[in-house]
Amino acid sequence: MTKVNTAKKSDQTLAGIFTGNKNKIGSITIAGGGIAGIQAALDIAQSGFKVYLVEEKPGLGGVMSQLDKTFPTNDCSSCMMGPKLVELDNHPDIEILAYTDIIGLAGEPGRFQLTLKKKARAVDPEKCIGCAVCAGKCPVKVSDPFNLGLSKRKAIYIPYPQAVPFVYTIDKEHCRYFTRKKCRICEKVCENRAIRFDQEDEVIKLETGAVILAGGFEPFDASLKGAYGHGLWPNVVTSLEYERILSAAGPFQGHIQRISDNKTPRNIAWIQCVGSRDPAFGQDYCSTVCCVSATKQAMITKEHDNSIDTDIFFIDIRAQGKGFERFYERSMSETNIRYVRSMISRVIPNPEDHTLCISYVTPEHRIQEKTFDMIVLSVGLSPNASVLRLANEIGLKVDEWGFITTDPLDTVATSRPGIYVCGAAQGPKDIPDSIQQAGSAAARATALLADARGSMIESKALPVERDVTGEEPRIGVFVCHCGINIAGVVDVEAVTDYVRSLPHVAYATHCMFTCSTDQQQEIKQAIKTHRLNRVLVAACTPRTHEPLFQNTLREAGLNPYLFEIANIREQDSWVHQLNPEAATAKAKDLVRMSIARSRLLQPLHNTTYEVIQRALVVGGGLAGLTVALGLAEQGFFVVMVERTAELGGNAQTLFYTEDGAQPAEYLKELIGKIESNPLITVFKESLVESITGSCGNFSTALSVRGKVQNISHGVVIVATGGEEYQPTEFLFGKHPKVLTQKMFEKLLAKKPDEAKQFRRVVMIQCVGSREPEHPYCSRICCTAAMKNSLRLKMLNPDTRVSVLYRDIRTFGLKELSYTKARKQGVRFFRFEIDQKPTVTSNGDALEILVFDQHLQIPVKLQADLLVLSAAIRPRPESKQLSEVARLPFEEDGFFMEAHIKLRPLDFATAGFFLCGLAHGPKFANEAIVQAHGAVSRACSILSKKEMMAEAVITHVDPHLCRGCGECENTCLFKAIQVKEVDGKKQAVVSEVLCTGCGACNVACPTGASSLAHFQDDQVRAMTKSIG
Amino acid sequence: MSFSEEPKIVAFVCNWCAYAGADLAGVSRMQYPTNVRLIRLMCSGRVNHGFLLDAFDKGADGVIVSG
Repeated sequence: MTKVNTAKKSDQTLAGIFTGNKNKIGSITIAGGGIAGIQAALDIAQSGFKVYLVEEKPGLGGVMSQLDKTFPTNDCSSCMMGPKLVELDNHPDIEILAYTDIIGLAGEPGRFQLTLKKKARAVDPEKCIGCAVCAGKCPVKVSDPFNLGLSKRKAIYIPYPQAVPFVYTIDKEHCRYFTRKKCRICEKVCENRAIRFDQEDEVIKLETGAVILAGGFEPFDASLKGAYGHGLWPNVVTSLEYERILSAAGPFQGHIQRISDNKTPRNIAWIQCVGSRDPAFGQDYCSTVCCVSATKQAMITKEHDNSIDTDIFFIDIRAQGKGFERFYERSMSETNIRYVRSMISRVIPNPEDHTLCISYVTPEHRIQEKTFDMIVLSVGLSPNASVLRLANEIGLKVDEWGFITTDPLDTVATSRPGIYVCGAAQGPKDIPDSIQQAGSAAARATALLADARGSMIESKALPVERDVTGEEPRIGVFVCHCGINIAGVVDVEAVTDYVRSLPHVAYATHCMFTCSTDQQQEIKQAIKTHRLNRVLVAACTPRTHEPLFQNTLREAGLNPYLFEIANIREQDSWVHQLNPEAATAKAKDLVRMSIARSRLLQPLHNTTYEVIQRALVVGGGLAGLTVALGLAEQGFFVVMVERTAELGGNAQTLFYTEDGAQPAEYLKELIGKIESNPLITVFKESLVESITGSCGNFSTALSVRGKVQNISHGVVIVATGGEEYQPTEFLFGKHPKVLTQKMFEKLLAKKPDEAKQFRRVVMIQCVGSREPEHPYCSRICCTAAMKNSLRLKMLNPDTRVSVLYRDIRTFGLKELSYTKARKQGVRFFRFEIDQKPTVTSNGDALEILVFDQHLQIPVKLQADLLVLSAAIRPRPESKQLSEVARLPFEEDGFFMEAHIKLRPLDFATAGFFLCGLAHGPKFANEAIVQAHGAVSRACSILSKKEMMAEAVITHVDPHLCRGCGECENTCLFKAIQVKEVDGKKQAVVSEVLCTGCGACNVACPTGASSLAHFQDDQVRAMTKSIG
Repeated sequence: MSFSEEPKIVAFVCNWCAYAGADLAGVSRMQYPTNVRLIRLMCSGRVNHGFLLDAFDKGADGVIVSG
């Protein structure tokens, strides 16, 4: 048992704790609170470990919180993050240490000693309630870094409105008190006395079992590219600045306008690869996200104002992620965004009207000039200086740019055991890839500490719940001043007096800060003294504060569902500041409505059920095997089902990678470990015949070589893989010298002497990819072409290799293999989809005719070998599993995840997870990352002995139900199904799957189905009591 | 309904989006008339015709279902 030890404790005590116990520590520290760190924290905390989430800035959220929308769904970024931030903030096992730096690390894997510096905010986080009164009165305006200087904030600030922790910080560089010892206005106006000018930095020491670095990236400093004029010409903005311009919460409330004159631009140009693919600035890698990000920005621009012309100037469009190619295609078919394949050397300003002129090359090789009202520079992802500093401090290897170096096949393992990395700190990547890697880092760290699982989780003893059955409602009402946030507008005393006149109100009072710790004691005391059986708080939003008060009720022995909030702050005092009288009348109305509902509230209980701590893994390829071993390392039983007679899948022929790994060798070792692991049972030549039950508790029938085998398990991980497309074009299968990349790789690896005989090799890219019938990019083929070209060039430097391509998509650090191939003389010819190459044969020799878009002429190539970069296709055999487990496919036939951006490894159905090629085309190391990520997701269920089912779910009255099935048709979650119960057809709700939306209540013609806590009478009582 | 401003609006809103949006309006201090009452549900799919009729019955001039 360890605890956070502050520096205030004597060093002797610390030494005692640090050396007294050799066991592993059941806590993990995450450095970086962006989306990767947040996801890792949630995964870890859900798997039975304590988390310290350390963030150097005052609030969590990272760069994702600054984005307006995210591709390819154009979901609102902060709306997606909101629920995660709230969950994080409310999680009992996550301690958020914001505005804190890691300054030292000692110890060994399983038992590190971390030294942290908690920077002084000059605000007491325990007392600050985020009411903004201080910022309202602060006289100092400062450029707002959240809006990248496009707006002002005060010297006392929260980073952005949804920030977690929701605590103000004084910007000491600009605060008048800190700079000139004058002012102290904030101190005077803070009713809660939260301002602490004398607060000092605090050194904290804590013990932790493992560390995950998730410090993210920094946008490339566009001013370094002086010729583009960022910082010089007002209407040249970076892509991140443009995100803020697009955001409704941004500096211009989502109105697209020029900085120079606030006018709507008539046209906007995006210049790609600013600080990417640019060796002149040492940034020779591709930043991975900018092409699709610019596409998204142009699309959103069009949504805002379709009259704005949008041009994107690019080198290659890299839309290699899941769903990205469709998104890019949609941007061309549904909007008139213009894509121009031309690098831009400089931007020439017109100082009179602040327009900007650029020159570019047309496809016809002509130089053309065009004037724009605004230019967006798509800035690359640079390593984060503070991550680099920390890496140096704790002795981690970094690459030549400053990204953390990892094992090529285990891309979360740093050079120091027990320290893991995820997200853009490891290399440029998009949000889904960061989330997957976060899961992977979480799985690796928790596997290391598996013995210590649960050792640092706190469980509180709670008093026995009082039975209130049959009691008349006795409602206690607490009306909150919230300092002056509510009381400054609403007459809280008048509201309290009014409440006392209402039936069933046994007690009513008003208080300064109802959410404060001491007030919780007051509430508990009032429950006791006045024998309250309902509690109503009239204060802020239930979305943030309901759990806190529910917890108070529970601690007082009252069922938490006997609690109700009336929101008189966000939805009253804050939005009717100029009309106190009407706001007070509305507050009375809102409280009366809530009281009407309170009277009808009923105690609810979360039912629990046993979790079967065993996983079913379907598919015995690289991803499935990695999952199986990963789960066994976590201490769980695994049943693996493989359709064929042998384990290994596609990776058996992945002999080498562009970054020096040998997946096939790795696979052999992995299979050895799987076969000797006592926790893993492998069934080959087997299929899943049926799956019943629900998350945590499934019963499955397998067909093992034709015989039925029944198993029970808690989760299912789908890793059924994909396969290489067998081309029907380009003479494949008709001519012996036409191979796929996979066949060619085998030849290079196994018969190098034969391979090097080929003097003229041609490769054709996008065979079966990015076509109308298969409009997705297969992600790996460009890099495969580079790696095989380079291998061939190594075997025989005189071989002439020609690659025919549409866009080269060597994203991230894979760009280096492209640069290397070019340097070694591999020739590249670009073709358009409507002018595909043609292949003819003359005996042994092949002739390829291609219209080269660079030269704008047809080129005839002779080849002794033609290699086709064939697409990755879903496995047709996955269809059987999809049917028995009712798991959906997306448009391209790969399995569909719960959310393409934020839940890439989960199915929408609880308890089912996804990884590997079954999810979509990907590299071997990405499949491994996903597999570990799926382990982490699965552990969030398997690590619990029992699962708690949500209490706010639908119940069916069997006397009213006639089994018509309308509810079943309506439910999106398959949570309600008509079954035979005691010889009668009846709707049955799965407590586990029901999300409590209540849609089935509406569909039910007899009123049999009723959502707890939102029953008809409870909702209607509110409407009926509107004044 | 005795709202101080007209028309009288009752809104049935989803906890996860529209209700959150109304909270954000508050955090951003966007000012709007006091003539609307929000009723929070876990999903706008929970709204049945009875809820709507109740609102009109109480004298609402308009009902919003948002989610």
